[in-house]
Amino acid sequence: MTLDLPLVFTALMGVAMLAYVVLDGYDLGVGMLMPAADQREQDLMVASIGPFWDANETWLVLGVGLLLVAFPAAHGVILGALYLPVAAMLIGLMLRGVAFEFRVKAEGWHRELWNWLFWFGSFLASLAQGFMLGRMITGFEPGFGYWLFALIVAGGLCGGYVLLGATWLVLRTEGALQKKSLDWARWGLVWVALGVALVSIATPFASETVRAKWFDFPRTLALMLLPLASLAAGIWVWMATGRLKRGAKTAEWAPFAGAAAIFALAFAGLAYSLFPYLVMDKMTIWEAAAHPSALIFILWGAAVVLPFIAAYSVFSYWVFRGKARAGLYD
Amino acid sequence: MNGTDALLLARAQFGLNIGFHILFPTITLALAWILVYFRVRFARSGDAAWLATYKLWVKVFALTFAMGVVSGITMSFQFGTNWPGYMTRVGNIAGPLLAYEVLTAFFLEATFLGVMVFGMNRVPGWMHVTATVLVAFGTTVSAFWILALNSWMQTPVGHTVAAGGQLIAGDWVAVIFNPSFPYRFTHMMLASGLTASFLVAGLSAWRLLHAPEDGAALRTLRTGAVIAAVVAPLQVLVGDLHGLNTLEHQPAKIAAIEAIWQTQKGVPLVLFAVPNEAKQRNDFAIEIPKLASLILKHDAEAELKGIDHFAPHAPPVAPVFLAFRVMVGMGVAMLSLAWLGTWVMRGGKLAPRWILWSFAGFTFSGWIATLAGWLVTEIGRQPWLVTGVLRTSEAAGRVGEAPLGASFTGYVATYALMLVAYMVVLTHLAGKGAQR
Repeated sequence: MTLDLPLVFTALMGVAMLAYVVLDGYDLGVGMLMPAADQREQDLMVASIGPFWDANETWLVLGVGLLLVAFPAAHGVILGALYLPVAAMLIGLMLRGVAFEFRVKAEGWHRELWNWLFWFGSFLASLAQGFMLGRMITGFEPGFGYWLFALIVAGGLCGGYVLLGATWLVLRTEGALQKKSLDWARWGLVWVALGVALVSIATPFASETVRAKWFDFPRTLALMLLPLASLAAGIWVWMATGRLKRGAKTAEWAPFAGAAAIFALAFAGLAYSLFPYLVMDKMTIWEAAAHPSALIFILWGAAVVLPFIAAYSVFSYWVFRGKARAGLYD
Repeated sequence: MNGTDALLLARAQFGLNIGFHILFPTITLALAWILVYFRVRFARSGDAAWLATYKLWVKVFALTFAMGVVSGITMSFQFGTNWPGYMTRVGNIAGPLLAYEVLTAFFLEATFLGVMVFGMNRVPGWMHVTATVLVAFGTTVSAFWILALNSWMQTPVGHTVAAGGQLIAGDWVAVIFNPSFPYRFTHMMLASGLTASFLVAGLSAWRLLHAPEDGAALRTLRTGAVIAAVVAPLQVLVGDLHGLNTLEHQPAKIAAIEAIWQTQKGVPLVLFAVPNEAKQRNDFAIEIPKLASLILKHDAEAELKGIDHFAPHAPPVAPVFLAFRVMVGMGVAMLSLAWLGTWVMRGGKLAPRWILWSFAGFTFSGWIATLAGWLVTEIGRQPWLVTGVLRTSEAAGRVGEAPLGASFTGYVATYALMLVAYMVVLTHLAGKGAQR
């Protein structure tokens, strides 16, 4: 049996991208929630993501790197079509990345400026990512309706990141800030539910391919498990945050796990809609793949190194377990 | 759309990004190892002054590292957006090298940086020392891969050409350890050593100008000066070897560096001139007879190939020639100051204020030398992107001028803000000094 390398790399890229949206998603979400908190809370919020954000963003580099490496033809088409949103995202990521460092060292209005840039950068990057996703789903079709669709996806993704960020804070903070976070999580959940519903309804209209894939009885019945599971995860988050709000005994990780599950399920749905296309209706993973010699060489490296990456990522989360404390550098 | 303008814009944008990016790894590469030194000194002695020193420089490192990360993420996108032709033709070689950098270096650095910066009170001392070492190791591994790729683009070997014109790696060991790689890698590591040691010495001198009695700053000034005094002569030696390697593999670059227009014997060394591209000659030249032949061929009468031999595949002379002189001039100045400073401060003597001012003025001197050197090597390989294989003009994308211009403006504004903030914060941190 020969290995279907493009398929293997699609799976690898999928894992990297999913890891990215969940991991950087929570820290982008925390960034977007900054204006809703007071100054002491803001310090705690930033402290809760300080040790992780850099590694989280590395998943984006890996995901894009794999796209570049394994599917060079698609990389050019996709990033060429998304040139401006990519630039907007990069500028957003840059601003918020350095704001982490600058805000703790600045005083007075400088600090306010970096707080604002941290929020702005997080928001700009999230919006741009959602917009790019929206354009991907419709295969970069021109026309007002398609652009509107991309904007709706962008709004939905921001809601998702806010949900992830808020549930992360539920896990990582205590007292008044945790209570606030529970409310933010519920707002985020409503926002996500609206977004997912809108996108789910709009996608079959926006793309004939997607419509054909999802509305094909009896397969549709099996596929309905995906939205049903998403609904269950949503209800799980709502119930868990409700119990935590009442002070009932519930695991503090439960809302975050539920939010991550919603992301994983939505990701699975999108992956199913797109597959086997990398550029919707235009280029499949096999058409876009790089030469096998390059892919095999990377596969060896990935097979050896990824377990180590997983191990020391777990180690890092173990070292920084528990509630966030202010006094970042001490 | 005018194709030439778009190509120029694409090159300017990429050049700006990579030039901005290179500033920060140039510091962190060596600063990471200097931090290992501070951390080990603290672990050995338990001296709170070493701990305070370590904590101050970790802040500088974390800030510089963040600047490098975010500008580096930009690079990973621009390979595809600005140079699609590059990925199409040589993606099967460039891609894996970049992927290895992400897999073996980026995750390692990013994860253990968290432990290093935030975890001192959360992990045992030995684990924290290990985290510091792993971050330093990760930055070096990162430099290894990126310089392997850059060197391969300068001196490509180990590949075959497939039917569609795509390059396929035949022998990965040959690709990675290509002829110019050992020289370029060593040259870059030493450049980082100089840049970081002058940064440490310069910021410490700045602190001493405000607080002459600060023992920690005096110690780091000394550390920086001594490292620079050792690394600078090594760099002269490696730079010379690198030049001879370039003469062997990229003679056109040498012709541009030395502004040799016509192939001739007994070539003079041009100390300074204004290269005249139109007339293919040097105006206002100050030359030392036969010295270029002597340096490059170790024979005063030897023949050196001129630009005329390589045209039309020759680089522009003026920028390469001038940037080379900036690099060497900066290097000589840094060597002199490092030796002078070490000599003046020998045996624990205090540094006079003029020495402190000199080091403070040289805080970012490594940036100037490194950027100049980078311009020499990158412009010097033009018109090739991959020597003899792919021209820069063939690799450029077809992004319109409007989006290019818009994103270019956005990048320039962002970089300007970041650079100003970076330098202000660094000076501010240095002014406060190490806090017990």
